Amino acid sequence: MQLDIQKLGCERDERWLFSDLDWQINPGELWRIEGPNGSGKTTLLRILSGQMADYTGTLSWHGEKLSRCREAFMASMLYIGHRPGVKKALTALENLDWYQAMSTVEEGGARARRDACFQALEAVGLAGFEETPVEALSAGQQRRVALARLALGHQRLWILDEPFTAIDRDGVRQLERWMMAHCEAGGSVVVTSHHDSGELLPASRVLRNLRFDGQGGVHVDC
Amino acid sequence: MWPIIHKLGSPKWFYTMSGRWLPFLWGIGTILVVTGSVWGLAFAPPDYQQGDSFRILYVHVPAAILAQSCFALMASCSLIFLVWRIKLADMVAGAAAPFGAAMTFSALFSGAIWGVPTWGTWWVWDARLTSMLLLLFLYLGIMALRGAFASRDGGARAAAILSLVGVINLPIIKYSVVWWNTLHQGATFSLTEKPAMPASMWLPLLLMVVGFYLLFAAVTVARTRNEIIRRQPTARWVRALVQGGRNGL
Amino acid sequence: MTAERAGPRRAVEPLPGLWQGFAATLGRDCRLRFRRRSELANPLIFFALIVTLFPLGLAPDSTLLSGIAPGLLWVAALLSVLLSLDGLFRDDFDDGTLEQLLLAPQPASVLVLAKIVAHWLTTGLPLALISPLLAVMLSLPGHSMGVLMLTLLLGSATLSLVGAIGAALTVGLRRGGVLLSLLILPLYTPVLIFGAGTVRLAVDGAVIAPWLALMGAMLALSLLAAPWAAAAALKLSLDG
Repeated sequence: MQLDIQKLGCERDERWLFSDLDWQINPGELWRIEGPNGSGKTTLLRILSGQMADYTGTLSWHGEKLSRCREAFMASMLYIGHRPGVKKALTALENLDWYQAMSTVEEGGARARRDACFQALEAVGLAGFEETPVEALSAGQQRRVALARLALGHQRLWILDEPFTAIDRDGVRQLERWMMAHCEAGGSVVVTSHHDSGELLPASRVLRNLRFDGQGGVHVDC
Repeated sequence: MWPIIHKLGSPKWFYTMSGRWLPFLWGIGTILVVTGSVWGLAFAPPDYQQGDSFRILYVHVPAAILAQSCFALMASCSLIFLVWRIKLADMVAGAAAPFGAAMTFSALFSGAIWGVPTWGTWWVWDARLTSMLLLLFLYLGIMALRGAFASRDGGARAAAILSLVGVINLPIIKYSVVWWNTLHQGATFSLTEKPAMPASMWLPLLLMVVGFYLLFAAVTVARTRNEIIRRQPTARWVRALVQGGRNGL
Repeated sequence: MTAERAGPRRAVEPLPGLWQGFAATLGRDCRLRFRRRSELANPLIFFALIVTLFPLGLAPDSTLLSGIAPGLLWVAALLSVLLSLDGLFRDDFDDGTLEQLLLAPQPASVLVLAKIVAHWLTTGLPLALISPLLAVMLSLPGHSMGVLMLTLLLGSATLSLVGAIGAALTVGLRRGGVLLSLLILPLYTPVLIFGAGTVRLAVDGAVIAPWLALMGAMLALSLLAAPWAAAAALKLSLDG
């Protein structure tokens, strides 16, 4: 198993968002997290991605406690949150290049890094916009710049918070295809989405569900 | 080690135990402060240089000592809170901060009043007064930061980090102000380098200092108890306590 | 639109380098700051304006001005650094890149240090470089210009480092600006005292080496502690 979650609980200002959550994320699984607003979906994703240390219970990554192997975990995890994480004053290429420099070991130098970024931008349909400052792009295109990080692809665990926001129908389908392909190749995906996500996912055999009932309960459907 | 820390960190345990200490803290503290004040203000001999005006020392010195001890307490509690995540430590730090700020202000205010007969002016850029003023700003900053966060946990952790940064900086600020002062003015007005006091003068001072400490402890404990109830109004033991109290009446 | 993308490649990825992350972040931040050139000039203009205000408020008397010039220049530089601090993390916080910065495999304190270095390169360094111009206007004696620049170079780096803690603590607050000054100014006093004091000593022709050494010590201490404290503060700002 990749990520093992035991007795996870989170309390904010004396209110328990969830408690005693036991859950495993295995290679090849695509987890969809559902639940009403404010039930703790985003908080859960932030805990899973190692951004919040304020929880009870244990998280282990390949059998090792998460706090012990932070570097290795961060290197193989990709998180995209509500805020896209894209600098508007920089071009799409510069944005991706920073991510690539932060997350990969340099093989073949800056040149190879740039080529990889070009390919990733092409894959999200931004060919020809590489050198445009992001602020000149449309909202959907800006979102695609963030999603191009998926196409740079070397992280094994994807954690995506509402990735379908502001993307057109074709884009949603493409993203779904990517997520499924990622799982089939042995990766895992955890995703939240408020609109009953897409058309392709529900039929997929890799899909699993995690439901927040809004009263502090979490149900794992395998 | 661990069980002790956790026992000490349990709000319920603290609430029950502190309920027993509290009357003693209040009682002894008040007796000491009243005795010290009467002795110091009415019976201690006047200073051979300053006459009766030196008697403000009996308020000024305890306040100044408390102002610094309170910061030390706040910083240690912040460290405990950040390292072990014991919320009780944060409640104590939060309870101590306003008292420390008040003591700093009292020390400054009494110092200014004392300044009129001794230095002939309300304010002198004396090293001690200046570093006290900066300490007051640090207190105010920490309290403002705690209040500025929407989430209580966020504010608590921010205040804790700032307290630790402040406590590292305090000695630097203090010594830099001393050096700055000696660079500017040839002779500083020193309040400490005076001939040794007779026992009839320092004994009431000692009583006052101990009394201030006890009252500080009492205020902090009482405020922490309130904070415990405010944060956990739904805990079972709190409900039982409230109901028990009603039945008792 | 092909579904062709590199899948998970290896069981254990080799970890990306520390230096690579530091350099990429430093480069990105410098590039960002140079892309907003007007904002880059703001602290400098502010610095010049404050220095202009003082003679107007006091008197156009060159002996008076040269007497207070060391302190005045230092206070003005300090306020300019303070003014520029609010934006140190705020833009990154708003667009989510701060979140991503803390999610990088490299230790957050190293990346925060890269941001602080970029901040110093674009505020403290230019302030130190233009300070002789304004010092001439305040008739500061010529032989102390070098010392003024040197203290500003050393001191403004300390200011950027210490200020980063305050900026990190207030980044999640909507009205963090005023609070930031309240938090940071008391911590700035030692730097001000030693910075202005050293220049004053140089004007008098006294020995300044021990004072410079103390400023260096303060820089070393803040270099050690500030990135770490700022990273911790950023983590909690993103939590809340």
